[in-house]
Amino acid sequence: MNETLKSLRFTFLAVIAALFVSAFIIVITDIEALGDGNFGQAFNTLGTAYWGLFKGSFGSLRAISNTITGATPLLLAGLAVSSAFKAGLFNIGATGQMLAGAITGLWVGFAFQLPPIIHVPFALLAAAVGGALFGAIPGVLKARTGAHEVITTIMLNGIAGFTVLWLLKTELFKREGRDDAISKFVEDSARLPKLFWFMGKRIDLLAHTGFIVALLATFAFWWLLRKTTLGFEMQATGFNQEAARYAGMKTKSLMVVSMAIAGAFAGLAGGSEVLGLYGYASGTVAGDIGFDAIAVALLGRSTPIGTLVSALLFGALQAGGRQMQVDTDVPIDLIIVLRALIVMFIAAPLLVKAIFRVKGDAKAFGQTFRGWGG
Amino acid sequence: MKFELRGITKRFPGIVANDSVDLEVSTGEVLALIGENGAGKSTLMNVLYGIYRPDEGELRIDGAPQHFSSPADAIAAGIGMVHQHFMLVPVMTVAENVVLGVEPTGRFGSLDINEARRMVKEVSEKYNLDLDPDAIIEDLPVGVRQRVEIVKVLMRDAKIVVFDEPTAVLTPSEILEFFEIVRSLVAAGRGVIFITHKLKEALTIADRINVLRRGKVVGEAIPKKTTESEIAEMMVGRAVQLIVNKKQAVPGEAMLKVDNLSVVEPDGRTVVDGVSFEVRTGEIVGIAGVQGNGQTELVEALSGMRRAATGSISIADRDVSHDSPRERHAAGMAHIPEDRQRQGLVTEMSIMENLVLTRYHDAEFSSGIRMKWDVAKARSNELVAAYDIRTNDPSQPASTLSGGNQQKVIVARELSRDIRLAVAAQPTRGIDVGSIEYVHAQIVKERDAGVAVLVVSTELDEVMSLSDRVLVMYRGKIVADVDPKKVSHMDIGLYMAGSRPAGAAAS
Amino acid sequence: MTTAMPERVVSAEQRKRARSVGITYLVLAMVCFFVFTRRPGDAGFRITETSQFTLPAQGFGWALGIALVAVAAAQLLRGFGRLANVVLALATASFFMSFLAWAAAGDSFSFVGMLQDTVSRSVPITLGAIGGILSERSGVINISIEGMLLAAACTSAIGASLTNLWLGTLIGVLTGMALAAILAVMSIRYKVDQVIVGFAINFFALGITSFISFRVLVPNRDTMNSLLPVTPIRIPLLADIPFIGTIFFDQTIFVYFSFAAVALATWGLYRTKWGLRTRAIGEYPKAAGTLGVDVNKLRYRNLLLAGAVAGVGGAWWPIGIVGRFDQNITNGRGFIALAAVIFGRWHPVGALCGALVFALAEAVRLKIGNFDTGIPSEFLIMAPYVVTIIVVAGFIGASRAPKAAGQPYEDQ
Ligand SMILES: Nc1ncnc2c1ncn2[C@@H]1O[C@H](COP(=O)(O)OP(=O)(O)O)[C@@H](O)[C@H]1O
Ligand SMILES: [Mg+2]
Repeated sequence: MNETLKSLRFTFLAVIAALFVSAFIIVITDIEALGDGNFGQAFNTLGTAYWGLFKGSFGSLRAISNTITGATPLLLAGLAVSSAFKAGLFNIGATGQMLAGAITGLWVGFAFQLPPIIHVPFALLAAAVGGALFGAIPGVLKARTGAHEVITTIMLNGIAGFTVLWLLKTELFKREGRDDAISKFVEDSARLPKLFWFMGKRIDLLAHTGFIVALLATFAFWWLLRKTTLGFEMQATGFNQEAARYAGMKTKSLMVVSMAIAGAFAGLAGGSEVLGLYGYASGTVAGDIGFDAIAVALLGRSTPIGTLVSALLFGALQAGGRQMQVDTDVPIDLIIVLRALIVMFIAAPLLVKAIFRVKGDAKAFGQTFRGWGG
Repeated sequence: MKFELRGITKRFPGIVANDSVDLEVSTGEVLALIGENGAGKSTLMNVLYGIYRPDEGELRIDGAPQHFSSPADAIAAGIGMVHQHFMLVPVMTVAENVVLGVEPTGRFGSLDINEARRMVKEVSEKYNLDLDPDAIIEDLPVGVRQRVEIVKVLMRDAKIVVFDEPTAVLTPSEILEFFEIVRSLVAAGRGVIFITHKLKEALTIADRINVLRRGKVVGEAIPKKTTESEIAEMMVGRAVQLIVNKKQAVPGEAMLKVDNLSVVEPDGRTVVDGVSFEVRTGEIVGIAGVQGNGQTELVEALSGMRRAATGSISIADRDVSHDSPRERHAAGMAHIPEDRQRQGLVTEMSIMENLVLTRYHDAEFSSGIRMKWDVAKARSNELVAAYDIRTNDPSQPASTLSGGNQQKVIVARELSRDIRLAVAAQPTRGIDVGSIEYVHAQIVKERDAGVAVLVVSTELDEVMSLSDRVLVMYRGKIVADVDPKKVSHMDIGLYMAGSRPAGAAAS
Repeated sequence: MTTAMPERVVSAEQRKRARSVGITYLVLAMVCFFVFTRRPGDAGFRITETSQFTLPAQGFGWALGIALVAVAAAQLLRGFGRLANVVLALATASFFMSFLAWAAAGDSFSFVGMLQDTVSRSVPITLGAIGGILSERSGVINISIEGMLLAAACTSAIGASLTNLWLGTLIGVLTGMALAAILAVMSIRYKVDQVIVGFAINFFALGITSFISFRVLVPNRDTMNSLLPVTPIRIPLLADIPFIGTIFFDQTIFVYFSFAAVALATWGLYRTKWGLRTRAIGEYPKAAGTLGVDVNKLRYRNLLLAGAVAGVGGAWWPIGIVGRFDQNITNGRGFIALAAVIFGRWHPVGALCGALVFALAEAVRLKIGNFDTGIPSEFLIMAPYVVTIIVVAGFIGASRAPKAAGQPYEDQ
């Protein structure tokens, strides 16, 4: 318990430090105000920006809905990165896996006519399978040739991105009367219901039950790690692959299975965006979520609860960032900076210790990467 | 010149590795520093060599206090060290390794490799250490690597040379050669600190002996005026049995049969070369040999960690050559791997998880995909008690255990099953005497219960005292099959070096 | 650690590798037969402004296909021994020519222009890769090449717009060094996982440059993000050599700098005291440390150097070619550079080859895009990614990364 508290304190301090650095950035880039020597205005901008950040994330039911909407794919994709980390693999390919899941989910979503009670799970399953199959590729490449997943997943992201752009223009997926990369709509029966559907009048709120799927997935991840032989094998391999091999575990197939599981989570992320948020797919359906998911997993130290909390935090930052952009002229890209800083500070507890002069030993983030292999 | 360590204390998290240690050595003498594994010998020498800064105490040279902030300072002050684990860059040449840090340079900082070669030749010829400056380190046998280390030290003109457990990797005859080198160093006016945990060696070569126990100097001795058992008692703190207590073996039928087994490296080198032997129930067969003669690869092939190129392996007349490690495990084979921390344990996981690491899939511990953690917990509590694993909480990570207790976790896990064959590689490497005795006793107990045991060890004493039959491996082949009670250490040493004792029948 | 045996047996792995190369030849032959023979007409390869050579697309396809079948048979039956790599290189080059002939059948295109473009585009990848090699050779994994390129591109655009091209480049260099300093302090002093810091730096660079782009550059486009890029410098005499001269000696100073950097890095790493120490601390830092080499100081210095080289690479975009900074202008080239490092087995010349291969793929796409080959453009854009995967999967098994890369050094 004490351990948890200590690591929570470091997380908190890291977020504070990151907010400080970002504030500095906002102020010094307020060229007009600074050019006029008007420091007051620069700080005013800062205040408005951070207030917008809060208002847009938790200030109203709509804000909360937006936070949840943003957190949903981040959580699922974050699980994709976390689960791979647990098996000692660095999955940078959540973007590609999301796209794969988005496409398979999309296809099942429009190609079948089924009652919702079957159609929704079927489409989600398809998304998970699509992501899993695509996710397994870097696993197979690593198991068979030793090709490092950091490289192959980055490349597969590019391949997935352009394949999707092409697919969306084919007859099968293309939306009637459009020439750009945008798909048909899925059947209504395949749409994930809105989260706040019970509040009859508030159907304009975006949050959808993909969030419930994400929570279930988080629970599944916890169950996998804590209760199953597979989870035990994955973690043993993640900590010490050689010892796992000596213990008779099939570490190469575990690589493939772990990447497939990771891909399934990411595929669900893509599926839930298509079936929940948009109702169709476009080239940007995955956006930067797969990349942000790395930050989510790092921040959450790859644990189920940690991933959940940091996905919510990042969802809030995103929702708030949009509000901030509306209220001031501070672009939402600041959120990327903020995330980078949070990750940096989280990863460097020794640095946070030095800044805030806290005592006690800081546990460094476990090593994710053990050289290039080969 | 006189080098003195005064009141050196060095702490690591949770342990005092050196506790106000005083030590002195002068040029022209050999000081032996002996002590059990973990006594703090290497730490003390690393302090002397400027790698660690002591928490308390200081170093004086001819009475003048020194403050080393890095090995560079120690080297400049005339201290040289041959480390326990060689400090050589494996992919580089001998010459490159030797001149690293004192590179001869030409224009624009370019490296004068011819001058480097010449320097190596000069020093190695002067001390009669045969070396090829252009050989790549990783292609060289350990004995030669040690010579490279020695040349490195001599090149820097050290007044005091520290050798940290240099004999651990040498054959008995190479040890004699090594002693010659030490004598010539002393004759050339240098001082030597010789670290070992083998008493005989210290008694042979040293002018004085210092004994370290749990970070403290617990005694000093002059070789002529002391006995082996006296020093042993100082080392361990109690009277030690230097021999393994066991009854005459009663071997039964052959349990493990290895026939014409070869192992080939990916780059085409044959590292195990047509090996055939048997291990019968109720006997302990030991495999002796200098490290790097194919023992590691032989064990890997036996345990299924590596494919054999030719030959067959059978357990109780069932061919397991193509079985996976897990299938061999199920066939009744226990395996204590050579490298405890890298192969035997997942040190980040709990002691309990490590106790089921090879057995979690058994029906006892899991039902299909679900782990029965409550059963695992109960069972691990039993094992912790039965195998004397010193911990108060099996849910702590295995990394919190001492080396000896970590080894007991592996022994408990592997031997507590219903087994027919046990393969133990370096079962006591780097653990304390108490744990060594314990592990040996467990192995003998399994033998007496009718298990066939294969022990592979580079510690000749261990192989000789534990085994009922000794095989010697040299360059991938088994070159001798002898009864340890009927041959001398020196004879086995000759086999280990690839020759054969005078009078031994050619086979 | 194991004893060398006199006789050399061919291991299972070597056999497998030889077999897969043979099968690859067969696959290439099939592509020749079933794809490259499908488009009729001659393809014109312009090699100077006035002259060109022509390849009959179909004839060449058939001939090469048959040749490849023969080569595959020879490879599978007895192998080429020492000539294996030469054969592989020849086969790949001819296959590539056949591909071009197929794409340009019935038309002509500037072959020399394509190669000139390749060399130019290789600059940021090469320089990024040199940055990667310098840091990984000293034992620090550098995932943040992308971030360094991107940030340097941004600041050098601003710097050059406000002052001049030289100062702009210098500002890019300093930016690369600043990010390298973060990587260095975090991984050396605070012992943070190097991949995590690398990633954080990439995120940071992406975020901050987009932020600056929208908040500062868009409103002040004319003053802060507009410049005239450098023009090519013809090297007297050399540039007049037909074909070769145009490709290599009529280029911008960035190209010459990048070739010089490769030469210097190679010489430095393998022929100097600095290089010996650098390689030692990347392989086995303790060996150097116990001989009095200050491992961490050398790592700091080499990382700063790596950042500086990558900084020049970043400045290539605004100052070497485009004339301004756009959001995410590097678009993953830093990751390609990382792949080039692996492709080149941590050797500068190898990395240069890797960079040229990737740049060639890009240049080909730009040229082939004009022909109506029936291949969707998306697949052409994808080619470098596919090539990377094939290369990394095919080569890394045989490559040797610096052993210590990724591990912080404890010098107490
Ligand atoms: N770098 C280190 N960090 C923490 N503990 C260490 C370190 N080095 C050695 N120790 C501990 O200090 C004690 C003495 O180790 P060492 O000097 O290597 O003993 P010896 O050489 O006599 O076998 C051991 O308990 C060992 O685990
Ligand atoms: Mg020691």
